[in-house]
Amino acid sequence: MKLFFTVNGERRDLELDTRTTLLDALREHLHLTGSKKGCDHGQCGACTVMVGGRRINACLTLAVMHQGDEITTIEGLGSPDKLHPMQAAFVKHDGYQCGYCTPGQICSSVAVLEEIKAGIPSHVTADLNARPGLTADEIRERMSGNICRCGAYSNIVDAITEVAEQQA
Amino acid sequence: MKPFTYERATSPAEAAAAAARRPGAKFIAGGTNLLDLMKLQIETPAHLIDVNGLALDKLEPTPEGGLRIGALVRNTDLAADQRVRRDYGVLSRALLAGASGQLRNKATTAGNLLQRTRCPYFYDTNQPCNKRQPGSGCSALGGFSRQLAVVGHSEACIATNPSDMAVALRALDAVVETVKPDGTTRGIPIAEFHRLPGDTPHIETALEPGEFITAVTLPPPAGGRHVYRKVRDRASYAFALVSVAAVVQRDGTGRVALGGVAHRPWRVEAAEAEVPRGARAAMAAILANARPTHENAFKVTLAERALHAVLAEARG
Repeated sequence: MKLFFTVNGERRDLELDTRTTLLDALREHLHLTGSKKGCDHGQCGACTVMVGGRRINACLTLAVMHQGDEITTIEGLGSPDKLHPMQAAFVKHDGYQCGYCTPGQICSSVAVLEEIKAGIPSHVTADLNARPGLTADEIRERMSGNICRCGAYSNIVDAITEVAEQQA
Repeated sequence: MKPFTYERATSPAEAAAAAARRPGAKFIAGGTNLLDLMKLQIETPAHLIDVNGLALDKLEPTPEGGLRIGALVRNTDLAADQRVRRDYGVLSRALLAGASGQLRNKATTAGNLLQRTRCPYFYDTNQPCNKRQPGSGCSALGGFSRQLAVVGHSEACIATNPSDMAVALRALDAVVETVKPDGTTRGIPIAEFHRLPGDTPHIETALEPGEFITAVTLPPPAGGRHVYRKVRDRASYAFALVSVAAVVQRDGTGRVALGGVAHRPWRVEAAEAEVPRGARAAMAAILANARPTHENAFKVTLAERALHAVLAEARG
């Protein structure tokens, strides 16, 4: 089936089997291998990308369902010589060990700060009718869909907190 | 995944008609549960009808003073809506207690209602399961049943409904609006939407073949304190062992629905007269017919204690 979407600002035309997930389209067909395949079942968050500005699990959606959509992957956030502030903060705070979950963690982190800014509540937000705060508890809860087997969680929270404070 | 053909629906009625025309067709919206199950070949639709293009993503007031939630409103947007946060807090809380941020961004209102059980034997295609393969038997009855149902189950199935959202909708007396393949519409009270397993656990809802959910309607706000308490093995991103959705009024009366204990959100309206007398009396009535396994008998105690905490929070 023929389709197109925009990836990191560039229109990409593809002809794919209907079964192709967005993740496989990005990795196997467009060779954007920053997004990782961990569990392939939406449980680990390694495949997290932004579609229309919102983070989703690229493994649990079909490419054909994204005709015309705007997709941002880790490659679209920054590059080795021009790191996104969140990438720089992960490096500074050692927010990883093996690095496999890191692209998903970073895409998710960037989206989490946007979600807090947009006033979207979370499970740990005490008052549903107040604006959620930028606390470590809020960050941990909102990042619970991104698993790190190396257990770099406390450094990940430090990295996100630093970027949040820079933006504030 | 097994091969399938794919089309994009152009209207709700047309989607329903298309599903009725094509045996083995399924609707796909968020896809977060369906694609998971397709990868495991637990679901093997021959045809997918993508309904994402239908403009069913609005929340609007009803003439009666309630709220009409479009079938495609994403879980994130429903939980964050100011009216839901203010007037139906138990629904926001239930949604935010479920899944992850990524999944809530994709999952829809109708899809959440239709998600399948997470019973480990339903997921293991090497094991008999009456829900996955009718007539093959239930592996869970004599198996690992810690997570499974304590009430309303049958000899054919002890699976639980995994949804948090549906538990809140049950406490709120929501109505599920649908369109059938012949174009007629109806409203199904949430109490009648999910079925008990009986001897047909593969039939999970009151929907007829091809029938398509267009919206979920909430009655005018009930007032009171809204609490959703979910007890699980992790602090976040896990299914409920037991959950309690409650709307408690100032005079101590209230509505209580339970998650994690049955094949559908568990509410016993007749038992709610006991709510002012406290958690012990209320839960004894709500779970009067409980028949737990030796592995999940703890859920009966846990449900009572969770309700105790909920009632204390509602009073405080």
